[in-house]
Amino acid sequence: MSILVLAEHHDGVLTGATAHAVAAAKQIGADIDILVAGENVAAVAESAARLDSVNKVRVADNTAYAHQLAEPLSMLICELAGDYSHVLAVASTTGKNIMPRVAALKDVSQISEIIAVESADTFKRPIYAGNAIATVQSADALKVITVRPTGFDAVGEGGSAAITEIDFVADNTQSSFIKEELAQSDRPELSAAKVVVSGGRGMGNGENFKLLNGIADKLGAAIGASRAAVDAGFVPNDMQVGQTGKIVAPDLYIAVGISGAIQHLAGMKDSKVIVAINKDEEAPIFQIADYGLVADLFEALPDLEQKL
Amino acid sequence: MKILVAVKRVIDYNVKIRVKPDNSDVDLTNVKMAMNPFCEIAMEEAVRLKERGVGTEVVAVSIGPKAAQEQLRTALALGADRAIHVETDERIESLAVAKLLTKVVEEEQPSLVIVGKQAIDTDNNQTGQMLAALTGLSQGTFASEVIIEGGKAKVTREVDGGLQAIELSLPAIVTTDLRLNEPRYAKLPDIMKAKKKPLDTKTPADLGIEVASNITLLKVESPAERQGGVKVGSVDELIDKLKNEAKVIS
Ligand SMILES: Cc1cc2nc3c(=O)[nH]c(=O)nc-3n(C[C@H](O)[C@H](O)[C@H](O)COP(=O)(O)OP(=O)(O)OC[C@H]3O[C@@H](n4cnc5c(N)ncnc54)[C@H](O)[C@@H]3O)c2cc1C
Ligand SMILES: Nc1ncnc2c1ncn2[C@@H]1O[C@H](COP(=O)(O)O)[C@@H](O)[C@H]1O
Repeated sequence: MSILVLAEHHDGVLTGATAHAVAAAKQIGADIDILVAGENVAAVAESAARLDSVNKVRVADNTAYAHQLAEPLSMLICELAGDYSHVLAVASTTGKNIMPRVAALKDVSQISEIIAVESADTFKRPIYAGNAIATVQSADALKVITVRPTGFDAVGEGGSAAITEIDFVADNTQSSFIKEELAQSDRPELSAAKVVVSGGRGMGNGENFKLLNGIADKLGAAIGASRAAVDAGFVPNDMQVGQTGKIVAPDLYIAVGISGAIQHLAGMKDSKVIVAINKDEEAPIFQIADYGLVADLFEALPDLEQKL
Repeated sequence: MKILVAVKRVIDYNVKIRVKPDNSDVDLTNVKMAMNPFCEIAMEEAVRLKERGVGTEVVAVSIGPKAAQEQLRTALALGADRAIHVETDERIESLAVAKLLTKVVEEEQPSLVIVGKQAIDTDNNQTGQMLAALTGLSQGTFASEVIIEGGKAKVTREVDGGLQAIELSLPAIVTTDLRLNEPRYAKLPDIMKAKKKPLDTKTPADLGIEVASNITLLKVESPAERQGGVKVGSVDELIDKLKNEAKVIS
């Protein structure tokens, strides 16, 4: 039994989420290899080799894998899958795009977004926006799994795994990359931040989201949003927290002008401490908030920023 | 251009679910059911493509129990020309759905297949990608914009870092994200007309597909309930609590 974990990386940097996926692999308990696929990813491979518990890092460095398109990446993983009992990836938009293809090509099911490992074939995963937790067992010879990073504490660094190269080059004529518009921010990454401050429809417009900046600066926080705030065009899609957006579990989550729909709660209710600021004392968010402040955000936010 | 849309019958997104006392599953008796919201977005996109003259025929397909025909009638009221119901009472995993849809794609030969990115019951987010793999067609997942031009589809995708644009050869499989469009409501006259539109029924056996899965659902539990805490009276009190009680800020 061996496990292959797909490394997640952007701009030549291994993302922190990969170490959480390795932690899930470690709980399954077998030799762990990491696959680094991309273009000019030598530095990513070196970072991956430093993760604890990793046996070997396999690198496919080729233009074919630039931009992580699903077709070539799934072909590559299928090429290697014969060596493994499990293939894991982070449940990011990249992992979610690629892994179901791998599963289908191998004629096995995929187990999405696991949050706990019961045994090598049995896993827990949230369903119905996290309002139920399913325990599922897979009898497939190959287990294809995506891992919700917040379910597993990251493995540390201190390893020195061997790095080996893969020659296989996938031939993709179906899809081509045109461009990417990636949000630039000096703030911590939303899904990894220790503190998250999120705004909802109550913020009123995009300009008002600046009211969150000073607070986020003082707390070293990432800024998130509800779907309503994204749909209204206040902020870009990559800030959406929730069932169908990003899943976060920071030490402190501050929800401002967010009512607390189940789809939003699905993305943040595992945060350690939740603060809600809302002018409607009946807002459902107060039912799960550790500290609720019934107040007009336009008064509370400047006050909070000044006093922090 | 023929467009195939897959719609799933799921619990209404407003309903708070309950787990059965014996922990065997979620209790769906007497619960309001609806078309999966991402499938509504898929239907809307297909209908808009037809209204723009890009699409010629819209075919809706659903796999599930007899009652799934309600969602197919909704699809017909929203503008589908005809519907296909693959009837089964089995619990169907995404892989089996993708295999059944592959057969439908082989029969119908659509130029574009639009499915939701995720069913809000299982939260699987798999079917479209699996269908693309099995049919050998290209895939554009989590779409917030789809432009059909010169035999290609330009798809803007919602990715973790922002937006990514890719170009796909047709036929292609597209999965919808929330920002693709805002679905319309079915109008009463259209609901009446939908009753007369063709709805074809098949079984998985007719399509030659074995739907049994290797995944067993062992248990379904309620998540740990989060207890609401206290209301604070002022910003000062909030800061005090965060510093001295929760100790999450310094
Ligand atoms: C398929 C599907 C998927 C979804 N996925 C997600 C998801 O991933 N993430 C997500 O967030 N939502 C998601 N939603 C949407 C969700 O159902 C809610 O519509 C959404 O979360 C509401 O956002 P909101 O709380 O910002 O807006 P609202 O519900 O409109 O709440 C605004 C709040 O702001 C408060 N407010 C207004 N003005 C002020 C003020 N001056 N001071 C203080 N408070 C004020 C109001 O009292 C109110 O409580 C999804 C829905 C569907 C159907
Ligand atoms: N039983 C089904 N019948 C029709 N379409 C389905 C079914 N299950 C899944 N789909 C389609 O696949 C999408 C994603 O579902 P899933 O991969 O299960 O999260 C849904 O939004 C539907 O478009």
